[in-house]
Amino acid sequence: MFGTAIIVFREVLEASLIIGILAAATRGVPNSKRWVIAGVLAGLAGSGLVAAFTDAIGSLASGIGQEIFNAIVLGIAVLMLAWHNIWMSSHGAALAASAKSAGRNIADGSSERSVLLVIVGIAVLREGSETVLFLYGIAASNDGGQSSMMLGGLVGMLAGIAVGYMLYAGLLRVPMRWFFAATGILVLLLAAGMASQAAHFLIQADLLPSLAAPLWDTSAVLPESGLPGMLLHSLIGYDSRPAGMQIVFYLTALVSIFTGMKLVARPRQTSI
Amino acid sequence: MKHILLIALLLPFSACAADYMLTIKDHQFQPAELTVPSGTKIKLQIENQDASPEEFDSHPLNREKVISGHGSATIYIGPLSPGRYTYTGEFHEATAQGAIIAQ
Repeated sequence: MFGTAIIVFREVLEASLIIGILAAATRGVPNSKRWVIAGVLAGLAGSGLVAAFTDAIGSLASGIGQEIFNAIVLGIAVLMLAWHNIWMSSHGAALAASAKSAGRNIADGSSERSVLLVIVGIAVLREGSETVLFLYGIAASNDGGQSSMMLGGLVGMLAGIAVGYMLYAGLLRVPMRWFFAATGILVLLLAAGMASQAAHFLIQADLLPSLAAPLWDTSAVLPESGLPGMLLHSLIGYDSRPAGMQIVFYLTALVSIFTGMKLVARPRQTSI
Repeated sequence: MKHILLIALLLPFSACAADYMLTIKDHQFQPAELTVPSGTKIKLQIENQDASPEEFDSHPLNREKVISGHGSATIYIGPLSPGRYTYTGEFHEATAQGAIIAQ
């Protein structure tokens, strides 16, 4: 039961941290919570589909279909997160003001809400499909001990959700003057981490050279299997044995998105 | 002429990674220890003969992949320096364990 709990916890944690950060980061956008929930539901439905079609996806492209699928999904997520951060950079001040007065409609807030839906949906889809497969395998097997394993899965899921919620609640407590900077940085690191993960899958599929593998090995000091390693992996894309190409993707995403944010945030010249 | 063209097209592929095979049966990897040459890219084929899915997970190799029940998967690893690289089946860690030895 404990083993099952850990596996499900790990998967759910990755998604719930992303959702927690985004839910906090979009607090000023009207009805954002509804869109987060819609994203979660869409992601769950999607992950059921992906789990059912794992075989078909996997055998696409001579056996590397799964890696290509994951890389594409992650790539979409990176673009959406980049869009979100750049959007926030141009609307952040207006949102900070409106967060205090409810009901004010931000122009083109609807596009931000769709982006929110897509990112949340993708996060749940990726982690959910692995969890669905795993739990389905347990339920379908004749090994016995299923109820304790299912219970372990439930415990893991609740624990993962709890950590994500704690992050969300904690972020909401950040004073308003630092809030958008804090969530902006977290989203930036999320996007860079996902870019690194996408590179990892493409390397696994032999579609990208690894450059140096591994570039460093900190698995003795900070293994990904422990809780700190897990949190760092989900939040900033930490990898104890990254390939050189992953670092290239990470830094490229970081610099491009940051530059985009700075470019749109230039203060407008007021006419005198 | 056609045959020469075909061979010419296929020649580059002969320099590609060699095939190695792992089988998952009764939640165990067979062979439990696989020896491969170091310094060259390896193409690993994993066949899951169990009905339940498994996730091939190796931190030393930095690879992970889900393989559905009665499915198969392809993973590229390496080039590896000589050494022992462990992997597990994440869904059945107690029994599904193995190592790849690069020489």
